[in-house]
Amino acid sequence: MPSRTVSSIYEGMRDFPPDRLASGLDHLIICPRCDAAYQLERPKNGERAVCQRCHKTLIAPRRNAGLRIIAVAVAVLVLIMGAAVLPFLTIDAAGNKNAVSILDAALAFSGGPMIFLALVTAALIIFIPMLRVILTIYVLVPVVLDRPPARHAIPAFRLSEALRPWSMAEIFAIGCAVALVKVADLAQVGFGPAFWMFGALVVLVVAQDSYMCKWSVWNSLEHPKKS
Amino acid sequence: MVSMELTGTSKEILSAREKGIVACTRCTKAWPMGTQVCGRCGHKLDSRDLLSLQRVWAYWVLGVLCYIPANIYPMLKTKTLFQYDESTIIGGAVELAHHGNFGIAAIILFASVVIPLGKFWAVALLAISVRHTSNLSNKRRLIMFEVVEYIGRWSMIDIFVVAILSSLVQLRTLATINPGAAAIFFALSVIFTMLSAQAFDPRLIWDKREGRGPEKT
Repeated sequence: MPSRTVSSIYEGMRDFPPDRLASGLDHLIICPRCDAAYQLERPKNGERAVCQRCHKTLIAPRRNAGLRIIAVAVAVLVLIMGAAVLPFLTIDAAGNKNAVSILDAALAFSGGPMIFLALVTAALIIFIPMLRVILTIYVLVPVVLDRPPARHAIPAFRLSEALRPWSMAEIFAIGCAVALVKVADLAQVGFGPAFWMFGALVVLVVAQDSYMCKWSVWNSLEHPKKS
Repeated sequence: MVSMELTGTSKEILSAREKGIVACTRCTKAWPMGTQVCGRCGHKLDSRDLLSLQRVWAYWVLGVLCYIPANIYPMLKTKTLFQYDESTIIGGAVELAHHGNFGIAAIILFASVVIPLGKFWAVALLAISVRHTSNLSNKRRLIMFEVVEYIGRWSMIDIFVVAILSSLVQLRTLATINPGAAAIFFALSVIFTMLSAQAFDPRLIWDKREGRGPEKT
């Protein structure tokens, strides 16, 4: 996948006269991280437009990205629901057995003030990823089908983006590895079906995020017919 | 072919603020200075969010305050047939190292000690550097911001380990593991530091270099 920075693509920058400014705001893109102003020119599929000053990716369209994201999102939704309730890990020590699901793990903090932790953990590893996937499907399906945006699509996409740092499925996966090593000499630990579902899920969530070009989504929500 | 053009003269990157433009930090759309709300995504527009530094410090203090009890109280309470163990974050990692699990001990120490402390330091340094003249280059400060933004969430790993252990190891008399009070403080500390880092307005980093202090809009 070719990924070129702005500076390597562009030769010879040209002045931007102020009189064109008032009418030309639509043709500007401003880096959200460092406030650098650029004239908007859409990169081709597979290319990336990167801010020259802070190297943030501004636009990164991919071919059929919408369709692929929706496909992955549906898969993630099924996997989350399965992984949440099916047995995740089983433990066996001298005849004492225990099997837990991810929901059990999240709800391990019970009683007193610990209930706060239970809710936070459950939200971070199950409910927030699930909500993000549902919002993504809701926003992108009309866009991909060239229909007008769904009702409240804009707040929905906003919420989905705001929740991005709080979706911690991949961190939970590493946490699992650490926990397994800690228990290994105490008892025999086995993997339930949910463990493998969760492994696939983490890969899919990462893939979904890498396909998502925020700018393209905002643009198609603003100009539904054109894209 | 051409992907993006600068709206400035050659080799000089102009900030939207200098062009009299206020930009939406959520959807990158440009609006004339003075516009209150982004017409595309509904985000509140602020050319520079100076209140952001107050929010950064408020969450920062809360994060540090929660991090102290997180290291004093026990994180895990382990009960086996013959003994009852309470281990703090650092104590647990040391114990793991004693058993020869150096890799895991390193992960735990890195995620629960190095990352939080590094984050406190980096956020404080960033917040101070945009207010006062500092000899940190913009590039250095950008790297610090990127690292803080990216790595902060990973501190949550210890909470998940505690959650998995205390739900899994419930083997009646043989062995049980329960979470200690430190877990709740540690989770709060991670959440507050994430909020603190999110409150920081990175656009302030480049303002200072341009020779004028951030001013209110």
